[in-house]
Amino acid sequence: MTCLPAHTDKKLGLVIDLDTCVGCQACVTACKEWNTGGHMAPLTDIDPYGGNVDGVWFNRVHSYEHMTEMGGRTVNFPRSCLHCETPACVTVCPTGASYKRASDGIVLVDEDKCIGCKLCSWACPYGAREFDTDVGVMKKCTLCVDRIYNDNLAEEDRVPACVAACPTSARHFGDLGDPASAISQLVAERGGVDLMPEMGYRPTNKYLPPRAHTNRAASVPAQALQPMRAEGGFLGWVDRMLSN
Amino acid sequence: MHPAFSVVFFTTATGAGYGLLALLGVLAGQGFIPPDFWLGLTGMGLSLGLISAGLLSSAGHLGRPERAWRAFSQWRSSWLSREGVASVATFVPAGLFGIGWVVLGRTSGWVAVAGLLAAIGAVATVCTTGMIYASLKPIAQWHSRFTLPGYLIFSAMTGSVLLNALLQGFAAGSNMLLAAALLLTALGWGLKLATWRYNDRLEIPTNANTATGLSGGTVRSMEWPHTEENYLLKEMGFRIARKHSAKLRLITQALAFALPALLLIAAFALPWPFAAASSILSAIAQLAGMLVERWLFFAEAKHTVTLYYGR
Repeated sequence: MTCLPAHTDKKLGLVIDLDTCVGCQACVTACKEWNTGGHMAPLTDIDPYGGNVDGVWFNRVHSYEHMTEMGGRTVNFPRSCLHCETPACVTVCPTGASYKRASDGIVLVDEDKCIGCKLCSWACPYGAREFDTDVGVMKKCTLCVDRIYNDNLAEEDRVPACVAACPTSARHFGDLGDPASAISQLVAERGGVDLMPEMGYRPTNKYLPPRAHTNRAASVPAQALQPMRAEGGFLGWVDRMLSN
Repeated sequence: MHPAFSVVFFTTATGAGYGLLALLGVLAGQGFIPPDFWLGLTGMGLSLGLISAGLLSSAGHLGRPERAWRAFSQWRSSWLSREGVASVATFVPAGLFGIGWVVLGRTSGWVAVAGLLAAIGAVATVCTTGMIYASLKPIAQWHSRFTLPGYLIFSAMTGSVLLNALLQGFAAGSNMLLAAALLLTALGWGLKLATWRYNDRLEIPTNANTATGLSGGTVRSMEWPHTEENYLLKEMGFRIARKHSAKLRLITQALAFALPALLLIAAFALPWPFAAASSILSAIAQLAGMLVERWLFFAEAKHTVTLYYGR
């Protein structure tokens, strides 16, 4: 049913730290690797070695230059489904293929019901959904439903593939509906923000803005070079000869 | 937004078809149009033909058309589903009205009721089509107060110009209908100009800063996540040069509004075969112009996802 649940027991989602993301694309490839065999498989690639490469990806990392009066910096920006609390991508779906789970708030597509009308991708302001032209259905991030509840995996691996892969721990996973959870505490501490809050989609995922610029680097100069103590022996003789 | 021909054709054809059906349902059902078999057959064939061709064209746009029947299920939340339900439901009174008016040659009793119901269904379907676009928040040019009235007025406009051409063709035209078609064409022109004026001055609160959560200063896209165009850019990143846009707006105004208006005015003065020719030409020009208008409706619409790509 494409009507939204009035309440979800949990609000599972991601928190992405724009301060520490280095734009290495490890989350992108880990996502593709897991999900091309996962719940929404396959993540079709069209002409992968040709001149018109195209394909379905759930996670894409952009790079931006953010210029402020404090100076400029490069910000790497991973973009994926935000598992919104009021996702219009779900309500516009004419078939019931798109739905938001009442148990954990994850937004999913039932591939067997999707007619490929693409309206959900028009309704998403974030570009989270990508159409698979080969299969003829819409695909999107599943928050790795087939990992986070997977009893066959070790408990520490029951996180989305992108979170497991991140080498700088810029990606965090947890229940954003529970104010006591570690991830909610992190958002509160670092002032996590919503993307396009004015759209009113109320995204579950939060982004942690880069930390403020400091002047620390400039105030700690390297020590000047010190003259070396005169050495004896052969090296001392070489040093004396060269110093003359 | 990418102007897919199937959708451009769909909204233009069904708009005209439902407009014509609504007018036939009301006017013929109330006895204002004589129950002539060939006139009725041509009129109902034209309206239901345009509607069916449009619906088939939109079904062809689907990734999995064989599952299209599923689209009737989510009418509680989805305007697209409501459109599907309304369009199919309208065929029932429209078919009954066609049988009564065309085949049985009746305009009273249940035929009149079926005509009214078909008209209500036609208006409801056009409303749902308009709301599909008007409800999409990420596209500011569509999520505006002009979208729904636009769909309704253009449907009435093209429908009335078609009906006038039909009746003139069967030498059953009236100055009243000519005047109505002319008035609606002028109204459509005014609304289109107002819509363009509104869109050109649009200031949306969403920008690269709110899209990335990076407040203050400027956010410039430095590198895309991919080297080639992906689905998002192909579907929603369509861009049209300003000079082409200006030229196409002129073509729209000439074909959809100015030329039909002139031809309708000429039809007032001309004797029968020429008035009919002039009326038919006005309908053809207007439908061609509306195809350009609808193409621009898509091409000039900007989706917020383009902000992530620095567009």
